[in-house]
Amino acid sequence: MALTLDDVKRVAHLARIAIDEAEAQAVLSQLNDVFKLVARMQAVDTRGVEPMSHALDLVQRLREDAVTESDQHSLFQSVAPHVEGDLYLVPKVIE
Amino acid sequence: MKWETVIGIETHAQLSTKSKIFSGAATPFGAAPNTQACAVDIALPGVLPVANREAVAKAVRFGLAIGAKINRRSIFARKNYFYPDLPKGYQISQYETPIVQGGTLTIFVDGKEKAVRLTRAHLEEDAGKSLHEGFHDFTGIDLNRAGTPLLEIVSEPDMRSAQEAVAYAKALHAMVRWIDICDGNMQEGSFRCDANVSVRPEGLDKLGTRCEIKNLNSFRFLERAIEFEVRRQIEVLEDGGTIEQETRLYDADKDETRSMRTKEDAHDYRYFPDPDLLPLEVSEQWIDSIKSALSELPQAKRERYVKEYGLSQYDAAVLTQSREMAEFYDRLVGTLGGLYKLGASWVTGEFSAVLNRAGLEIHQSPISSDRLAGLLRRVADNTISRRSAGEVFDAMWNGTMEADAIIAARGLTQISDSGELERVCDAVIASNAKQAEDYRAGKDKAFNSLVGQVMKLTKGKANPQQVSEILKRKLAG
Repeated sequence: MALTLDDVKRVAHLARIAIDEAEAQAVLSQLNDVFKLVARMQAVDTRGVEPMSHALDLVQRLREDAVTESDQHSLFQSVAPHVEGDLYLVPKVIE
Repeated sequence: MKWETVIGIETHAQLSTKSKIFSGAATPFGAAPNTQACAVDIALPGVLPVANREAVAKAVRFGLAIGAKINRRSIFARKNYFYPDLPKGYQISQYETPIVQGGTLTIFVDGKEKAVRLTRAHLEEDAGKSLHEGFHDFTGIDLNRAGTPLLEIVSEPDMRSAQEAVAYAKALHAMVRWIDICDGNMQEGSFRCDANVSVRPEGLDKLGTRCEIKNLNSFRFLERAIEFEVRRQIEVLEDGGTIEQETRLYDADKDETRSMRTKEDAHDYRYFPDPDLLPLEVSEQWIDSIKSALSELPQAKRERYVKEYGLSQYDAAVLTQSREMAEFYDRLVGTLGGLYKLGASWVTGEFSAVLNRAGLEIHQSPISSDRLAGLLRRVADNTISRRSAGEVFDAMWNGTMEADAIIAARGLTQISDSGELERVCDAVIASNAKQAEDYRAGKDKAFNSLVGQVMKLTKGKANPQQVSEILKRKLAG
């Protein structure tokens, strides 16, 4: 399977990454190389092998339901570009 | 053409945990903005999520309550989209393998029972809140809600009317509160429903194109939004148009649904397993311990009320609408040591009515189950008449005196002395010769008027059945 330039642009848009035409061309060839590697792996017979959802063969550790975090919003907001009334302000979102 | 409505419901129930699903920040509603959003919730670089055991336990409890399959191993996935109230740029959810699969919920519509199938229920995190008003050219972001545990519960498209959809939403609402996994507060957004609505020509198997309706924060709005949407879709189709699959918002002020402008690719969420979270495993032993701690479920209780207590299906259904009501009733009949039907008729009748009028919840009732038991004992042993019981009940509601004290203070003890009743009946017949004559002539209405006179003279303290017997005997003589 080979990607097209449109696929690259679409994925870039979905990820909100701005790329120009030259970059898109370069990324296309890089991604197609990645897909070649995927194709080689696809060729391996994996019948009877359960897919792993994680690289580590371990299970999720769970924490107890307890409040361990204190209010640090002043500290967090000291690096925010724009804050008012304890709210983070972002450019108006239009629905 | 006759059309059939098809509805499926997606519900987001906030799980009532103390801390968030992947962080140790607090969850209570209504805190000052951003005071309950920690480094994990606001997605500072380098933080890692760690799943909350209680959120998982509550999801399992729900699965057990609806007879679903609990997946021993489930997977957290990233659902990718950009919105300012989602700081990570993805929501941690479950996609291919949810924790709960299948199950059914029983609903009642017009006295008929119906089993609604559930597709799945999965764990995910809530997003923050965007405040669009009050800032010129800006949107305010409060991330307190970000990371609050949600159970997204998806039904099959099994509902066929707005009434069925509401019955399902209510049954689900009652269930999550019954098993204590969600506080069910719809105003605060703890329990949110989206409806997938489509129509198709009656008799056709193939589903029509559906629209998803959002912003339904009450059962009434759910019902009205679906009714509007069904009318709209039928109109479009009958005019030869086609339905576009889209998300629509319900506007309660205008009582209509309208299309949300959706951006291209908005639904390409590019799910993939979250590398920050290992597979979630729940052991058989853990599931068993959650199962054994589960209290009697509404359906089992309802069946027991009918079978063991001899209650009507209706009374049993009303009593098991909420856990609070069922517990109140259980305490009441426990104190009374029986009197199941009498207790049921008072709890579903007078008691519920007065609570509704006052807009109170059961736990706020000034009449406890013990106090009500005090009154019902006197009804059961015929100390007071049904009419006086209502008066005592009102006095109990408005004051702190117990039933016996009120009965004594107001002299409401039923006249059991038949001699006295005989004298009153004689007097009533003597002074109402016309009605007595009418009754003898076969006019039944006249009899009721005579009974009424006796009740009036005895200030309601006579037993109407006894009065009736005495009057009949005397008038026959």
